[in-house]
Amino acid sequence: MSQVISAPAATARAATPRRDIGIKRRYAAERRFRAYGLAAITFGLLFLFLLVSSVVSKGYTAFEQTMITIPVEFTESAIDKDNERATNPQKLMTANYPVVARNALAKVLGVDPNDRASMRAVGGMLSDSVRTQLRNIVVNNPSVIGTTQPVSLLAHGDIDSAYKGQIDLSVPETNRKVSDKQVGWMNQLAESGALAGHFNTGIFLNGASSRPEAAGVGVAFIGSLYMMLIVLVLSLPIGVAASIYLEEFAPKNRFTDLIEVNINNLAAVPSIVYGLLGLAVFINFAGLPRSAALVGGLVLTLMTLPTIIIATRAALKAVPPSIRAAALGLGASKMQTVFHHVLPLAMPGILTGTIIGLAHALGETAPLLLIGMVAFVADFPGSPLAPSTALPVQIYMWANEAERAFVERTSGAIIILLIFLVLMNLGAILLRRRFERRW
Amino acid sequence: MNMMNEAAIEKAVDQKMNTVPYKMIGKDVSVYYGEKRALFDVNLNIRENTVTALIGPSGCGKSTFLRTLNRMNDTIDNCRVTGKITLDADDIYDPNIDVVELRARVGMVFQKPNPFPKSIYENVSYGPRIHGLARTRAEFDEIVASSLQKAGLWNEVKDRLHEPGTGLSGGQQQRLCIARAVAVSPEVILMDEPCSALDPIATAKVEELIHELRTNYTIVIVTHSMQQAARVSQRTAMFHLGNLVEENDTDKMFTNPDDQRTQDYIMGRFG
Repeated sequence: MSQVISAPAATARAATPRRDIGIKRRYAAERRFRAYGLAAITFGLLFLFLLVSSVVSKGYTAFEQTMITIPVEFTESAIDKDNERATNPQKLMTANYPVVARNALAKVLGVDPNDRASMRAVGGMLSDSVRTQLRNIVVNNPSVIGTTQPVSLLAHGDIDSAYKGQIDLSVPETNRKVSDKQVGWMNQLAESGALAGHFNTGIFLNGASSRPEAAGVGVAFIGSLYMMLIVLVLSLPIGVAASIYLEEFAPKNRFTDLIEVNINNLAAVPSIVYGLLGLAVFINFAGLPRSAALVGGLVLTLMTLPTIIIATRAALKAVPPSIRAAALGLGASKMQTVFHHVLPLAMPGILTGTIIGLAHALGETAPLLLIGMVAFVADFPGSPLAPSTALPVQIYMWANEAERAFVERTSGAIIILLIFLVLMNLGAILLRRRFERRW
Repeated sequence: MNMMNEAAIEKAVDQKMNTVPYKMIGKDVSVYYGEKRALFDVNLNIRENTVTALIGPSGCGKSTFLRTLNRMNDTIDNCRVTGKITLDADDIYDPNIDVVELRARVGMVFQKPNPFPKSIYENVSYGPRIHGLARTRAEFDEIVASSLQKAGLWNEVKDRLHEPGTGLSGGQQQRLCIARAVAVSPEVILMDEPCSALDPIATAKVEELIHELRTNYTIVIVTHSMQQAARVSQRTAMFHLGNLVEENDTDKMFTNPDDQRTQDYIMGRFG
């Protein structure tokens, strides 16, 4: 029966052929579009790969530091000739430790102590930081005076670069920082095992230094940490409270529209403008100290707030209205509805926005330049009010240094910063997974 | 014999519908969305322990009227209600009336099942918790169990009370929402097309449930299904273009309506 019915229908359809609507062209257009998309992604990945490989290939050597391990004679004649250390505590602080280190190295190399030019070259192989290193050993334990102790001394930045093969030795001797003699000694020490590369803990722990071998991002890291804490503690509650009010409670009128437009525009304001604002308000008007992590944190908070507010409002908007209706219909107050139901559901989005905002703030340099955080800070900041620097500012300052050894340390610091950004984003993903609920 | 008795009593109740006292009285209720008027001076009274069905074509104002009964319209910007609605003796639009308390007395079940993305237990215990109806764990357990029993869901979920409510089937979710509404011991339950997202079997279960709930609660249900209105309700009100066309005993509405428009709508001539 059905056959009989369907047969004429089929012929009827065949009788009116379909208009050509360019099926082939449509498919071709889709294929083309996919190819464009693929090309765009490939292009993006290529540049990401170039960026990462360039930074890593330049910077991985920064995590190795050349050290010279030699027996050091803490001779009384060099440190405390007149045996005054019991009466004059300054004596041990001001002793000429570089000479102690130089003599020790000269003895290992078999250099005549009376050959002053050679002795200067020997001294040039060691970092100037041997002064503090040996001083700390002696001050902490004065009984080492008169004994011989094996000590690992930092090699000079130029020797470090030469040992890593970063200095072109075919250049005429007068045009480069290391002499042939020093290279010869370096190879001699390397063969005997006294000179070797060690993991560079200093780059993580030390503060600023004009000597690349003794410079580190420690102070900058603590400064960034203070600022991130301040940004988190201030911008998350303020941003979330502002978004909840605007999204859930505020009447929709011209005034709130104006606020919304302004928030969206603030997110696009160049960050250096925030720096000027911070300089005018926090330092000149409020009288907060310059170069302080507190001021940096406040400026970055202002900068991060729009990002967090926009992300939070989007997350709140994405919560289905049926959940609000359900809670209100049960007799929950507006606030109970928001805090018991809407906010927990919006949490993944809020956290993602917050961490993206924080990551943005962590990498921000321009506003910090204006509030005096581009400073040579060698001492660890004890509080957010003490002078400090920030990771990106440290990178900026090292990039301005001339020594070859600072080039790799700049890249090394970039690697450290990138690792932190990746960790923060990873944290965002994990938090989102944890809070995500399906409905 | 027993069955016969019950049926007989029910029929008697239905016939005496006009003597059942009013639970809610709506007098000259008009609703405006901004400039647009959605309801025109509706006078509709809801009888106690009765299922009142609101029918009418889409956009006729039946859901709007339903939402005025527990002031859910308050949540819509620029929505304005005039006229007077009383629950027992209380004017629910009186400024002294606490809307939170009102919604505890007039519960609501929505078109789409909307359980909270929490456990079944938390879904049901949320209302009692915010209204302070229970104090100890045992009291909560008691309320959750009795509410789920009233919603006919207890046997299906008693072993998985701490699993998410969103993991249930559509029909079970809707009954969970009914249990959630029942848990705060309301006097009136409003249902906005509660079965429109459900399959026929789940619909049958929910209808059966409505029938049982009538003994303890006053129910107002909005429905697009004539058959459903005929099956579950004792009183039916027909809305058209924001006006109340006719309100009558369901039996009369579906057999011999007073208004020609009701006749046409029920026969499927418009809508």
